[in-house]
Amino acid sequence: MKTKYMNPYLAGVLLGLVLLMAFFFSGRGLGASGAVKSVVVAAVDVVAPEHTANSGYYSKYVGEGKSPMKAWLVFEMIGVLVGGFLSGAFSGRLKWKVEHFPGITANRRLIFAGMGGILFGFGSQLGRGCTSGSALTGMASLSVAGFVSMMVIFGTAFALAFFLRKNWI
Amino acid sequence: MGPLVPQEIIGADWNLFIAFAIGIGFGFVLEQAGFSSSRKLAGMFYGYDTVVLKVFFTGAITAMLGLLFFSLFGWIDLNLIYVNPTFLGSAIVGGVIMGAGFIIGGFCPGTSVCAAAIGKIDAMIFIGGIFLGIFFFAEGYPLLKDFYMSGSMGPLKVSDVFGISGGVLALIVIITAIVMFKLGELAEKRWPREEY
Repeated sequence: MKTKYMNPYLAGVLLGLVLLMAFFFSGRGLGASGAVKSVVVAAVDVVAPEHTANSGYYSKYVGEGKSPMKAWLVFEMIGVLVGGFLSGAFSGRLKWKVEHFPGITANRRLIFAGMGGILFGFGSQLGRGCTSGSALTGMASLSVAGFVSMMVIFGTAFALAFFLRKNWI
Repeated sequence: MGPLVPQEIIGADWNLFIAFAIGIGFGFVLEQAGFSSSRKLAGMFYGYDTVVLKVFFTGAITAMLGLLFFSLFGWIDLNLIYVNPTFLGSAIVGGVIMGAGFIIGGFCPGTSVCAAAIGKIDAMIFIGGIFLGIFFFAEGYPLLKDFYMSGSMGPLKVSDVFGISGGVLALIVIITAIVMFKLGELAEKRWPREEY
């Protein structure tokens, strides 16, 4: 069928080449949730610096000479914002919008988006990376963690799809 | 030769600029593929649009083959490439929570940022959720630490587990992907979709 989007196989090859360039230049793959983690650490460090210094989790990222925002993933995700915006501008898709299945209200969509985000954020920390950082990058480097993340994330979403069908179809 | 920054062929000060440039490519490709639409992403799980499957696997395979060939040509030293370490228990439980987040929220972290960049408000709320979820994990870390650190297997590769070469593993992944692509095409014929 005719579509306004790029051929998915061509997009996949381009995505793979971007990932390959990350490996070739920086010796590491892509990621996303790690950048949000940096923002969380930086924000908590501003509000409660004593808490970050004493916490087993935050203290890894703050302190003398360490700056959580000066991280590879933070700059990469700023690039994603720019690249996504450019693509949207190029293809005429820039628009303020709550996108949802017509069978549900915009408010319901927003509530579920928020809940999904909380789960994804929490899970990405426990699982050491999200779909980009653990699954996609991990698979390209043949890592067991990458294949496990991919299978468990997609497997769980498939298993729960029936219960959430009223939100989507 | 590669990777260039870890071997100091390119100075470390360039690394963040490279990250930014690579991010632009990443965001542009995701948006062009349609990953800025939660309805398109969720289509994967109802069979009406399998773009996620096609882009994700084609991407993983392209980069996988790229690394193997670059290594073969002597262009990259695979020992200097970061391989994410495996902690089986937390990877599985974290993956289950992420999978639930995916079907409930309609995005993953990378795609939500891409969607927010073109004005999707649901994606911005999703990002706010990620922020909270990470904050909850960080605050709960003392309770979670034992489980988080358990079952460490190091930077283990699938090819080593099964005692096969990276090339044979890549071939198996490619054959599996082609079968799944065919199934995806069949599913799209079976369940009609709109264009988002």
